[in-house]
Amino acid sequence: MPGLMSRLTLIIKAKFSKALDRAENPNETLDYSYEEQLRQLQNVKRGIADVTTAKKRLELQYTGMQQQVEKLDGQARQALAAGREDLAREALTRKAAVQSQLDGIMQQGQQLEAQQQKLIEGERTLQTKVESFRTQKEVIKAQYSAAEAQVRIGEAATGIGEQMADVGMAIQRAKDKTEQMQSRANAIDELTASGALEDYTASGDDIDRQLAQISQSGQVDDELAKIKAEIGKGEPPKELAGGESETTQ
Amino acid sequence: MGEGQWRVDDGLAARLNELDDEVARAVEAGDEAALWRGLQALAEEVREHGERLDDAALLPSDAIIPPEDLSLEEAHELLEGEGLIPDMPLA
Repeated sequence: MPGLMSRLTLIIKAKFSKALDRAENPNETLDYSYEEQLRQLQNVKRGIADVTTAKKRLELQYTGMQQQVEKLDGQARQALAAGREDLAREALTRKAAVQSQLDGIMQQGQQLEAQQQKLIEGERTLQTKVESFRTQKEVIKAQYSAAEAQVRIGEAATGIGEQMADVGMAIQRAKDKTEQMQSRANAIDELTASGALEDYTASGDDIDRQLAQISQSGQVDDELAKIKAEIGKGEPPKELAGGESETTQ
Repeated sequence: MGEGQWRVDDGLAARLNELDDEVARAVEAGDEAALWRGLQALAEEVREHGERLDDAALLPSDAIIPPEDLSLEEAHELLEGEGLIPDMPLA
């Protein structure tokens, strides 16, 4: 099995020479190649813009999920304060699920950030190379015989072609990664929407109702206890059992 | 990868080939941690001991170093040929 570096080099070179083979006349090669370079550079710029936009959108989704985590945390505390450990546990379980997704997205987001920086650097390098190619091609055209020009063109074009494949690959990867994160975030949104991952933060949902019920039944219990104390024949065990059955309805 | 061109001397090139073999073995063994260690070592060696070429230099490369954070899955795609590398429209 060949090494990864050598394999990658081979593939990129093969791809490039296949593209180069299509042109015949050196002068044509130069001009056509230059046009293609400009086009490719535009692609690179568009690619960077796409990745940047996608990253922004993910950042928004990330913030939304973070708020969800905070709310679940708040609800867990509320539930616990109301003595409903089961509900608190449930809320914390959901929170952990969202949190682990968040961590994954955060990590990938950082990788994407690094990749974006490399893309921008790659774009700058490519821009310089294209510019250099533009001036060089005129010199080559003017100074060299067709045979010499062919060799020089081949070298210059190969140098820039590899750089383009390299940056093109970096862009492809950044896009793939963005899509992965996007679908992950979307999956969570869908889970939440379908109810599989219950959004406790929506108003009037189950936990809210239960929490409201707790405070209500708490009041009822308090009142009951008060009245019983007044009458002077409190029976605590019965009272507790009554309160519990009420909250589980 | 995406960081411009570098010139390396023969000694370093040999070292890079060794590291490259390690990387390939890591891919074969399905060891992502080893893969990343290898890729990072490759990039580090070049950054530390190589000579950065001027961006305006137009020279073909002898070797292209894979991205440092390449996943196992991506590495397999790379070794199988087509998947990861976009087609070059350049003539």
